Amino acid sequence: MTAPQADPRREKRREIRTYAIGYALALALTGGAFAAVHWPRFPARTTLGLVFGLALVQMIVHLRCFLHVSLRRSSRDDLLLILFSTLIIILMVAGTIVIIANLHGRMM
Amino acid sequence: MTDGIWPALLGRFTWNALAFVRAWQNPTVNEIIGAGAAMMVVLGAASVITLITVTGKWGYLWREWLTSLDHKKIGVMYVVLAFVMLARALAEAVLMRMQQAAAVNAPGFVEPDHFAQLFSTHGSIMIFFMAMPFLTGIINYVTPLQIGARDVAFPLLNSISLWLTGGAAGLMMVSLVIGRFSTGGWTGYPPYTELAFSPDVGPDYWISAVTLGSIASTLSGLNFAVTIYKLRCPGMTLMRMPLFCWTTLCTSILMIFAMPPLTVATALLALDRYLGFHFFTNDLGGNMMNYANLFWLFGHPEVYILILPAFGAYSEVVSTFSSKELYGYTSLVLATMAIAVLSFTVWVHHFFAMGQSANLNAVFGIATMTIGVPTGVKIYDWIWTMFRGEVRFTVPMLYSLAFMMTFVLGGFTGILLAFPPLDYLVHNTLFLVAHFHNMLIPGLLYGMLAATHYWFPKAFGFRLNEKWGRIAFGCWVFGFYLAFMPLYVLGAGGAARRSQAFFEPAFRPWLYVAGVGALILLAALTALFVQLWVSIRERDANRVFAGDPWDGRGLEWSTSAPPPEYNYAVIPVVDGRDPFYDGKRDGDGYAVPAGYEDIAVPRNSMVGPATGILGAGLAFGLVWYIWWLAVLCLAGIVATVIARSFIRDVERIVPAADVARIEDRWHHAIAAARPISRHHETTPANQGLAEVTA
Ligand code: HEM
Ligand SMILES: [Cu+2]
Repeated sequence: MTAPQADPRREKRREIRTYAIGYALALALTGGAFAAVHWPRFPARTTLGLVFGLALVQMIVHLRCFLHVSLRRSSRDDLLLILFSTLIIILMVAGTIVIIANLHGRMM
Repeated sequence: MTDGIWPALLGRFTWNALAFVRAWQNPTVNEIIGAGAAMMVVLGAASVITLITVTGKWGYLWREWLTSLDHKKIGVMYVVLAFVMLARALAEAVLMRMQQAAAVNAPGFVEPDHFAQLFSTHGSIMIFFMAMPFLTGIINYVTPLQIGARDVAFPLLNSISLWLTGGAAGLMMVSLVIGRFSTGGWTGYPPYTELAFSPDVGPDYWISAVTLGSIASTLSGLNFAVTIYKLRCPGMTLMRMPLFCWTTLCTSILMIFAMPPLTVATALLALDRYLGFHFFTNDLGGNMMNYANLFWLFGHPEVYILILPAFGAYSEVVSTFSSKELYGYTSLVLATMAIAVLSFTVWVHHFFAMGQSANLNAVFGIATMTIGVPTGVKIYDWIWTMFRGEVRFTVPMLYSLAFMMTFVLGGFTGILLAFPPLDYLVHNTLFLVAHFHNMLIPGLLYGMLAATHYWFPKAFGFRLNEKWGRIAFGCWVFGFYLAFMPLYVLGAGGAARRSQAFFEPAFRPWLYVAGVGALILLAALTALFVQLWVSIRERDANRVFAGDPWDGRGLEWSTSAPPPEYNYAVIPVVDGRDPFYDGKRDGDGYAVPAGYEDIAVPRNSMVGPATGILGAGLAFGLVWYIWWLAVLCLAGIVATVIARSFIRDVERIVPAADVARIEDRWHHAIAAARPISRHHETTPANQGLAEVTA
C-alpha cells in the first residue's frame, strides 16, 4: 500500500503544497458562490444551478486535496468506498422521495 | 409522603410497576407468569452475583474480561450475551405457542396485553440482542485472526459497542421486573406507539433499548470495515481473504448504512413521545408512513446483516470438512456484494399492503425476486464444494446441510411473498411468520451454531462433545420443521399473526403440532447447555492445544488454541487463498521464526463498562421520567469520554522474552503431538495437529 520510499522532506513540501492549493480553491469556490448570489448576473434559476455546480466541484476539491482520494492505485479502495456510499445514499434518498410522493399522490 | 418529592425522585414509578406487587394484588395465572419471569431474572442475577462473590472471582472477571480490549475476549462475551438472551426469547416463544394452542375458542392463560408484550420482546430480543450480538461476537473473534491482525482497528470502541449492547440487553431484562414492555411488536409502528395510544413506559423501553443497540451496531460496523481495509497482513489482498471476511466486510458496510435510519426513526419517535413533536402522529401533519419507510430502510438490509455472516461461516465449514478449496470463490464474493447492494433496493416489500400504487409495488416485487439469483449461486457453489470432497459429517457440517435444504424452502416462500397480489392475501398472517423463521433459523441460528462448534476449539483449546452436539442438532432441525411448517398452513388458512386467541376449530391440530415443535426446540437449547457442561467436564481428554483440529485452511488455525493475546508472534505473510493449508503441504506451516520482538497490546480500560452502565442508566431515567438520573448519567458519559482523552498510556508491552516463552511452549507441543488423519478428528486422539496428505 505504501508508495515507493520518497525523501520525507520533499514529501512533506508536496503535501503542504496540496493543502495550500486545496485551501485556495476552496476559498475561491465558496467566494464564487457567495458572489453569484450577492451580485446577481443571471436569473435566479441559473444562479441556483451555478451554486449547486460550485458545491459539487467543492466536494471534489475536498476529496482530492484534503482527503487524498485520487485515481491513483493506492487510494482506489477509498474511491470505491466513496462511490459505493454515494450509490447507497442516492438509493435511499431517491427511494424515500418516490415512495412518499407516491403515497401522497394517492391520498389526494 | 409529600406530593412533590416522590415524583421528583422516582418519576412515574409506583409500586404497582413491580411485577411482584401486581401478582400479589391480583393473583391470576397471567400475573403469576409475569411475576415468575421477573423472579427468574432476579434470582438469576442474584445467583450469578453470589457465585462470583463466593468464589472470589470479581477481580479476575474485571481484569481478565469485563475491562479487556482483546477482540477475542470481547467476542466471547458477545456470544455469552447472545445465549442468555436466546434462552429468554425462546422461553417466550414456547409460552406463546402454548397460549395459542390452548386458546382456540378459549381464553387460554395469557391475557391479550401480556401476549402482546411476549411477541414484542421475543422479536426485539431475537433480532437485536440474540442475533446481532451472536454474529458480532463471532466476527470479533474470527476476523482479526483470519486476516493476520493483532486486534481490530479500534479496540476501545469495540469494548464500548459491547457494553452499549449489554446495557441495552440489561434494560430488556429490567423491563420484566420493573414496569412493562411495549405491545407494539418488534417494529414499534406508530401511531400505535405514540403517547396517544400507548402512554405507558413500554414503548419507551423499546425505544431506549433499540436505540442503544443500533448505535452499538453502527460503531461495530465501522470498526470491522476499517479493520478489514487497514489491518490485513502483507500479501492478503482482498481477493485472497477467506470468505468469512468478505461476508464480514459486506455485513459491516450494511451496518454502517442501515443502522442509522433505525436510530433516526426511533429518535424521531422519541421526540414525538417526549417533546410533543408530530413526526408520526395521526394529527398535526404527522405521517406514519415515513416511519414505516425509515424502519424498513433499516429492516431489510438488517436481514442480510443477520444472514451474510452465517453464509461466511458455512463457506468455511463446507470447505474445511470437505477438504476442498471453496468452489467458485469469485462468484461467492460477487454474489455477496450483489446481495449487499440489492438489499438496499427492496424494502417496500415489507409494506406492500400499505397503500402505494401497483406499479411501485411491482418494481420492488421484481427487485425482491432478483435476490434469489445470487443466493442460488451460493447454494450451488457450496454443493460443488462438497462434490467429490472428503466430506465428514461433523456437527458444523450437519448444520450446513440442514441449512441448505431448509433455507431454500424458506427462499421459495419468500419468492411467493414477493408477488404483491399474493402478499395482499397472506400478509400479517402466520404464513409470514413461518417464512421469516424459515429464513432466520437456518440462515442465522444454524449458521452461528455451526460457527460456534467450528471455532470453539480454537477459542477454548478443547473440542465440544460430539454426541450432545448431534442431539442438539437433531432437536433444532426436527423441532424447527414441526414448529413452523404448520404455520404455513395456518397462515394460508387465514390465521392472523400476533393473535392471542383463535376462533377456528380447524386450527387446533396444527397449533398442537407447532406447540410440540416449540418444546423440541426448547429441548435443543437445553441439549446445547448440556453439551457445554459435558464438554467442560471432559476438557482434558479433548484438548487441541496445537491449534488445528480440523485440518484448517485459513490463518486462524496457524496459532495455538487458544491463541496468545497478541494472536501472531510474527505477522504472517500470505501468498494465496488457503495460506495455512498450503503452508502445511509445503512444509512451512509451523515455521519457527528467527527471533521475537516486543509486542504492544491494548491496555484494559474501564471506559467500556462505564459507558454501557451509564448509557443504560440514562435510558432507564428517560423511560421512567427520572430526570436527575438521566442528566447525571449523561454527564457521566461526557466526563468519561473527556477523562479517557487524557490517558496517554494506552498500550502494554509483552516483552520479547515472554513471547518467546509462550511460542516455545506451543512449538514443543506441536513437536510432541501426534498428527491424526481425518477419520480421527472427532476422537480424543485429536491433539490439534493434522496429518498432511497431498
Ligand atoms: C427458535 C425457536 C423460535 C420459536 C419457537 C419462535 C416462535 C415465535 C412465535 C410463536 C412468534 C409469534 C408469532 C405470532 O405473531 O403469532 C414469533 C415472532 C417472531 N419471531 Fe420467533 N421464534 C423462534 C426463533 C426466532 C428467531 C431465531 C428469530 C430471529 C432471529 C425470531 C424472530 C421473531 C420475530 C422478529 C417475530 C415477530 C415479532 C412481532 O410480531 O413483532 N424468532 N416467534
Ligand atoms: Cu425484506
